[in-house]
Amino acid sequence: METVTPPTEEALAECVRAAGARGAKLEIRGGGSKAAVGAERDTTILDMRGFRGIVDYDPAELVLTVRAGTPLAEIEAVLAEQRQMLAFEPFDHGPILGAGAGEATIGGIVAAGVSGPRRISAGAARDHLLGFSAVSGRGERFVAGGRVVKNVTGFDLAKLMAGSWGRLAALIQLSLKVLPAPARTIVQAIPASDPEQAARIMASVLGSAAAVAAVAYRPGKDGRVFVRIEGFAPSVEARCSLLGTLFDPIEAASGGEEGGWPEPGQLPPDRPLWRIPIPARRLPRLAGRLDRLGAPWLADWGGGLVWACHEDGAAIRAAAAEAGGHAMLLRAPPALRAVVPAFHPLPAGNAALEARVVHAFDPLGTFGGRRFGGRDAH
Amino acid sequence: MSISMPEPDAAVLARRDEIAAALRRLAPGARVIDHADELRPYECDGLTAYRQPPMLVVLPETTAEVSRILAWCHAEGVKVVPRGAGTSLSGGALPLADAVLLSLARFNRILAIDEEDRLAVVQPGVTNLAVTQAVAHHGLYYAPDPSSQIACSIGGNVAENSGGVHCLKYGLTTNNVLGLELVLMDGEIIRLGGLLLESAGLDLLGLMVGSEGLLGIVTEVTVRLLRTPETARAMLIGFAGVEAAGACVAAIISHGIVPAGMEMMDRLAIHAAEAFVGAGYPLDVEALLIVELDGPEAECSHLIGEVERIASAHGAAELRVSADEAQRQLFWAGRKAAFPAVGRISPDYYCMDGTIPRRRLPEVLARISSLSAQYGLAVANVFHAGDGNLHPLILYDASAAGELDKAESFGADILRLCVEMGGVLTGEHGVGVEKRDLMPEMFSETDLDQQRRVKHAFDPSGLLNPGKVFPILHRCAEQGRVHVHRGSLPFPDLPRF
Ligand SMILES: Cc1cc2nc3c(=O)[nH]c(=O)nc-3n(C[C@H](O)[C@H](O)[C@H](O)COP(=O)(O)OP(=O)(O)OC[C@H]3O[C@@H](n4cnc5c(N)ncnc54)[C@H](O)[C@@H]3O)c2cc1C
Repeated sequence: METVTPPTEEALAECVRAAGARGAKLEIRGGGSKAAVGAERDTTILDMRGFRGIVDYDPAELVLTVRAGTPLAEIEAVLAEQRQMLAFEPFDHGPILGAGAGEATIGGIVAAGVSGPRRISAGAARDHLLGFSAVSGRGERFVAGGRVVKNVTGFDLAKLMAGSWGRLAALIQLSLKVLPAPARTIVQAIPASDPEQAARIMASVLGSAAAVAAVAYRPGKDGRVFVRIEGFAPSVEARCSLLGTLFDPIEAASGGEEGGWPEPGQLPPDRPLWRIPIPARRLPRLAGRLDRLGAPWLADWGGGLVWACHEDGAAIRAAAAEAGGHAMLLRAPPALRAVVPAFHPLPAGNAALEARVVHAFDPLGTFGGRRFGGRDAH
Repeated sequence: MSISMPEPDAAVLARRDEIAAALRRLAPGARVIDHADELRPYECDGLTAYRQPPMLVVLPETTAEVSRILAWCHAEGVKVVPRGAGTSLSGGALPLADAVLLSLARFNRILAIDEEDRLAVVQPGVTNLAVTQAVAHHGLYYAPDPSSQIACSIGGNVAENSGGVHCLKYGLTTNNVLGLELVLMDGEIIRLGGLLLESAGLDLLGLMVGSEGLLGIVTEVTVRLLRTPETARAMLIGFAGVEAAGACVAAIISHGIVPAGMEMMDRLAIHAAEAFVGAGYPLDVEALLIVELDGPEAECSHLIGEVERIASAHGAAELRVSADEAQRQLFWAGRKAAFPAVGRISPDYYCMDGTIPRRRLPEVLARISSLSAQYGLAVANVFHAGDGNLHPLILYDASAAGELDKAESFGADILRLCVEMGGVLTGEHGVGVEKRDLMPEMFSETDLDQQRRVKHAFDPSGLLNPGKVFPILHRCAEQGRVHVHRGSLPFPDLPRF
């Protein structure tokens, strides 16, 4: 597999234009932590790590401008020094996708729309991307959005870039909203023996005045709903005691360790991994189907996101759709990835509209290789 | 009016009666307005300096009617301008002489309230405040609260990505909408998002919010509701100078506090608001901050203590905390009525809406006041201090020769200044026709072309709300004759709108 690492914006644009003119394909890549997603392919890699470093960060503005190839870990360290954070809680997919830890870049995080447990209270990657510069599939450098939180000048193309998985444009620079890190965090667990009960507990926790940051569920005999409360110390204490009047919670571990917060890394590492957003109240229905299929699973986002392991793509997609959601295949052996597309199919009208939007950025399909169902050249 | 709009199409104008008849046939339940007297109320939106009666107005009631109307207009080459409540401050709903104005006023029903999942499904013509009123008894509310909330529609809020004084903590419309139903210009009905936090595919929902009626007509909106905070208290903090007030804002945020709202008003705005509503504002300060803190009682009282400490350290001349809900509402009443209050002290005013990085505030206010002297027009400043969104209100008299032009040039200079300071042309009011020709201040032709291509993906004919957002180019004369040769050329020519 060939790799090109353009050192400058001009070189990047030229590289994309040249590929277009030849009818060749390029695959945009940051640290490669999610390279195992999608069909196997032999596409030339456009390595974005030539664009690295923090461009502008004034903590009092709550805005960070950074080059897209900057490692997430580096950004988190800089923010932590100022007691700030990316509130959408991005995380590194490397360890669960067999690529190792520490490679994920901010460009890849945003392009894959990676948001963690705090998504239900603080929003997703899409809610924190204020503006960007990029090179489109036409080989043209363009900007959209800005470096301020409040901005409606022109279409909100940042929303399109977040979660586009490199199908529209190569991100060069991003402006992200940052927020103060919580002064205090407490995680508590509430026993819940079945998904029905867990869903009820999660809904009432989210509907309560406890104003929780995150809620997740690990099913099983010792099933537990996990609740994270964050903020200023007096407030966290008050909200924890409120929670105590509603349930009978116990203090729990906050990390992904054994018995701690439910995370996809705790599912069997040798089985295909699915990411399934659903309407939270449909969790019991989906859980029933998954249990019957023998698919181990866990839930985050108050039940609105399910991580599951299973080999039968059709069965998982049918179960997800029946629950009003959709399933993305994140990890699988190459043979499975060759026949099961990573993305859940869209309704025909939405698919046609999406194809026109992709065309608006990448008319020649330069970024549309085999990975997500396109056809590689030659 | 100093703005140029696309040349009306004489052939379409000649078919006016036939078009009215077709609209009545396509949507028998709809109201079609074609009498000049009845068209007049629709001739402008909240940006009253620009007026143009529409060719016809149609008020459909169902998505199917909207779909049939758009499909027919698309086939017949008739332009359509969507309109919600008509409160836009950027001329987004300004009619065109040869276009059908499609009003969503009769889409006024709340379709479903889901208390358990905390969401509501509403038609786009429902007013912003009506949503909160309909769910308040469940202890819920809809967070985005534009000052126009008694009048503006949810559909208009979606089109403009409207904000409010509480968006600092709770986000803009885009952060609070979960799903949409929309109709494309060719009549196709599309659903985006829904009851879940994330949909498959590109985030077209996010793109639709703030698209100013250029991509599709929104016919249904699913919004997220929040639980009404246990306590909310507002503080009034007066300063002898805007620098100290600006520094205090920065310090509050640097302490890790994100208030529910943080607003600033300058002397002229304070006096106008106080004279109008009697909110009890101090009149001997140069800048007034309203800081609201909400959440559990323990959090509120803790943070009020912190903010008091920070404010005193920054030399606050005046500091008051609301004692009860009535007083909190009163503190806000002055701010929320600031625009009409300024309307009482000047025959006309022109509201600007740029955003700047917060740290540039003192510098920007100083430059605005020297521009004010240069143009000989007074300015009252109202400012979403927490997120850097400025609303300078330029006072002028439209009946005095040349004053409107002067106010417009002054406004354009303020917006250029915002961009120069690293900010943007519009924080929440939209580009519309008003800032359309300033777009090149922020974006290159390549940047704008990329946005035009997105418009083209939704509306290849360019018939939906033309003449808005994008500067009108020479090539627009060729409209309808420029085609993209999909994939057949490496760099297809661009459609122009
Ligand atoms: C006194 C006053 C105070 C204001 N305060 C604020 C404030 O605090 N914050 C703020 O953000 N704004 C504010 N505004 C601006 C304005 O109220 C908002 O932009 C509002 O969202 C417009 O809603 P509307 O229903 O009046 O839309 P309209 O003015 O009718 O239309 C606005 C735009 O939306 C399009 N549109 C409307 N409905 C639809 C639909 N269903 N589908 C597709 N496109 C549609 C129109 O074509 C137009 O481009 C204020 C305005 C006034 C007059």
